[in-house]
Amino acid sequence: MPGQRVFLHSRTLPVRMVAPSLKLQDLIEEIRGAKTQAQEREVIQKECAHIRASFRDGDPVHRHRQLAKLLYVHMLGYPAHFGQMECLKLIASSRFTDKRVGYLGAMLLLDERHDAHLLITNSIKNDLSQGIQPVQGLALCTLSTMGSAEMCRDLAPEVEKLLLQPSPYVRKKAILTAVHMIRKVPELSSVFLPPCVHLLHERHHGILLGTITLITELCERSPAALKHFRKVVPQLVQILRTLVTTGYSTEHSISGVSDPFLQVQILRLLRILGRNHEESSETMNDLLAQVATNTDTSRNAGNAVLFETVLTIMDIHSAAGLRVLAVNILGRFLLNSDRNIRYVALTSLLRLVQSDHSAVQRHRPTVVDCLQETDASLSRRALELSLALVNSSNVRAMMQELQAFLESCPPDLRADCASGILLAAERFAPTKRWHIDTILHVLTTAGTHVRDDAVANLTQLIGGAQELHAYSVRRLYNALAEDISQQPLVQVAAWCIGEYGDLLLEGNCEEIEPLQVDEEEVLALLEKVLQSHMSLPATRGYALTALMKLSTRLQGDNNRIRQVVSIYRSCLDVELQQRAVEYDTLFRKYDHMRAAILEKMPLVERDGPQADEEAKQSKEAAQLSEAAPAPTESQASQLLDLLDLLDRASGDAQHPPPLDPSPGGALVYLLDLPCAPPPPAPIPDLKVFEREGVQLNLSFIRPPENPALLLITITATNSSEGDVTNFICQAAVPKSLQLQLQAPSGNTVPARGGLPITQLFRILNPNKVSFRSSPKARPRDSRSHGC
Amino acid sequence: YASLYFCCAIEDQDNELITLEIIHRYVELLDKYFGSVCELDIIFNFEKAYFILDEFLLGGEVQETSKKNVLKAIEQADLLQEDAKEAETPRSVLEEIGLT
Repeated sequence: MPGQRVFLHSRTLPVRMVAPSLKLQDLIEEIRGAKTQAQEREVIQKECAHIRASFRDGDPVHRHRQLAKLLYVHMLGYPAHFGQMECLKLIASSRFTDKRVGYLGAMLLLDERHDAHLLITNSIKNDLSQGIQPVQGLALCTLSTMGSAEMCRDLAPEVEKLLLQPSPYVRKKAILTAVHMIRKVPELSSVFLPPCVHLLHERHHGILLGTITLITELCERSPAALKHFRKVVPQLVQILRTLVTTGYSTEHSISGVSDPFLQVQILRLLRILGRNHEESSETMNDLLAQVATNTDTSRNAGNAVLFETVLTIMDIHSAAGLRVLAVNILGRFLLNSDRNIRYVALTSLLRLVQSDHSAVQRHRPTVVDCLQETDASLSRRALELSLALVNSSNVRAMMQELQAFLESCPPDLRADCASGILLAAERFAPTKRWHIDTILHVLTTAGTHVRDDAVANLTQLIGGAQELHAYSVRRLYNALAEDISQQPLVQVAAWCIGEYGDLLLEGNCEEIEPLQVDEEEVLALLEKVLQSHMSLPATRGYALTALMKLSTRLQGDNNRIRQVVSIYRSCLDVELQQRAVEYDTLFRKYDHMRAAILEKMPLVERDGPQADEEAKQSKEAAQLSEAAPAPTESQASQLLDLLDLLDRASGDAQHPPPLDPSPGGALVYLLDLPCAPPPPAPIPDLKVFEREGVQLNLSFIRPPENPALLLITITATNSSEGDVTNFICQAAVPKSLQLQLQAPSGNTVPARGGLPITQLFRILNPNKVSFRSSPKARPRDSRSHGC
Repeated sequence: YASLYFCCAIEDQDNELITLEIIHRYVELLDKYFGSVCELDIIFNFEKAYFILDEFLLGGEVQETSKKNVLKAIEQADLLQEDAKEAETPRSVLEEIGLT
């Protein structure tokens, strides 16, 4: 009776206090009866103590039961390592029950990491050579589950012998064990390759299946084996044909499809053999067409075979008609009511869209419909595929669909959809106006999800389309008037209104309904943006500068603007405060310069400074730049006066010479990002320029949350006797990078080591190209001493 | 499968649809063996569930595509176990109470 203790006294017989152990099922019941985690732990700990005691005592009768209980406990996640040795004992026992549980225990508890696992090698060897068939089966199963490389090497001869045994039960297992052995010890391929061809003649499905798996494994590992087995392609074709054509045997079929497991395996092997081999591919063509057209697709089994067929057709040198057939099958899958089938269709089409673009295009409407899928993994793939299908002829229609999708899509897909649309728009935009409209729409619907450079791109685009300035500014004004919460939109709109405010106010624009806007409204809107709690600091910066620019664009007097600027002189945000102070000064002391400073910006070149070739060549005198004080506006792609601070050539892979402080042009590696995402290594500070007491230092920070971003702080110090005024620092970057300059802390570097000027550069390196800096700064202006 | 969920890990290039068939075949085997299998059957007879799996898959690959053959193999092994147990039962009782 389980659970009751039996006491025995005897003087002559060995006394053994034995508590009859719980049966496995009783233990399971007890554990499941526990109401709390603590209770369960208690039960299990108590039982494990009993089990350990029993193992210590060496009770052979109940050992298998103890181990079984231990295995259950192990499955629940409790430690069971003390059972490892017991597995060995059980395997060595002659009782079948012991062996069964012992081998199971070995598979669950022993693995390569424990030295104990090698100890069962001998038992396995004995069982393989002398055991009855079920025992041989157990041994083979265990070997193929947890056999380490050493074990495989030791036991390979035994397994090889079993390949030739008459019993199919053992042979099929031996073959699959050979597969495992080859995976662990590839050199054993030479042992197991010879029997394969012969085994292919077997009729037993299990043996055939195992053989084909074995051949597949051999071919995947060795090109020589691949060549060797090409000669069996006709035989494989024959086997498959027989399977497909002869009436099904109930034993092996699933819903009218003969042995789909075997069919799929054969197709897979054919794929490997036919890849890049014209002759083999040709041998298979007819058969593949036959399978593709004749397989019953009402149930999953047929579809599985069909799917494998499609994969094979696409991977070998098949006839064009066959490829189209394959893609059409995938298209049909897309309409299937089973979600799994739609899923495999989408993933496969994604893989094919590059190579068979026109064939996949034909299914574009179906793909677009799949965007409406409720299942997240399906809609994501549909989105990817839709974006891949956009080309110059269907771009308008596709964009409409995608924009409609953007409005209703789940939040985690928004960012991908938005950037996908923007990218496609950039590549295929039929007209500039359409492009601007598209970006505008994306910004209004999903503004918070667009990438950082969307603002820059749009301003760049608008800047470049002179004929569309009026149109753009009106549309942006309307959009802004409706909603000031989407930051990228607000930023672009503010910039535009600032630049083209005059166009906004004057007359009509044909492309859009006439809009009567008066100055006060415009100013009010910008003020609203400034004051709104939803505006980011950067946005407010845009708004303030826009207001300032309007002071020269608008007709009315500037009192309102002056007032706003004046208020922000005491703003808590340092950036805004600085701007306000400077603008205020502009009003008060430099009013004569205001118009010139605030006039329309020239078109910004996003590419590297090609115009500056001669600047690079001439390496003479260093002079401070003379350019007018740079607008404190920061634009990611703004390169004003194209002074070389950063070299654009990134192709040279030579080892850089050590840094030479003279402006002779030393090349220094600033960033060298390897392919794998590197841990941000700190970059040491650099002194890039020194002359006559004026020194420029660069210090680098790479924020961990954004590894593509590099922040460079330029510090200019002056140890000479005179102040340096009108100090401007500018930079240029190659096309693959984006640069954003922030306002310098000032324009004057005070003399004798006074407070240095600092300026922050942000460099975004999304493609992780390496680039070097060439500190060839050439200050061009003369300094004024003592100012 | 009512309240039973099965999870199968496959490689990148494996055919997902045939994996679904593999899972389904395994459930059918369990069903045939236990007679209308339910969760409790598998819990209380987990070692049998393993044994059945080991007759269907080996080293991660399908070894036998005939349902009949798999079930036959399990039956034979079970018989072997029963025979061994029967032959030994009288002895084990004596050992249990501490007498040789």
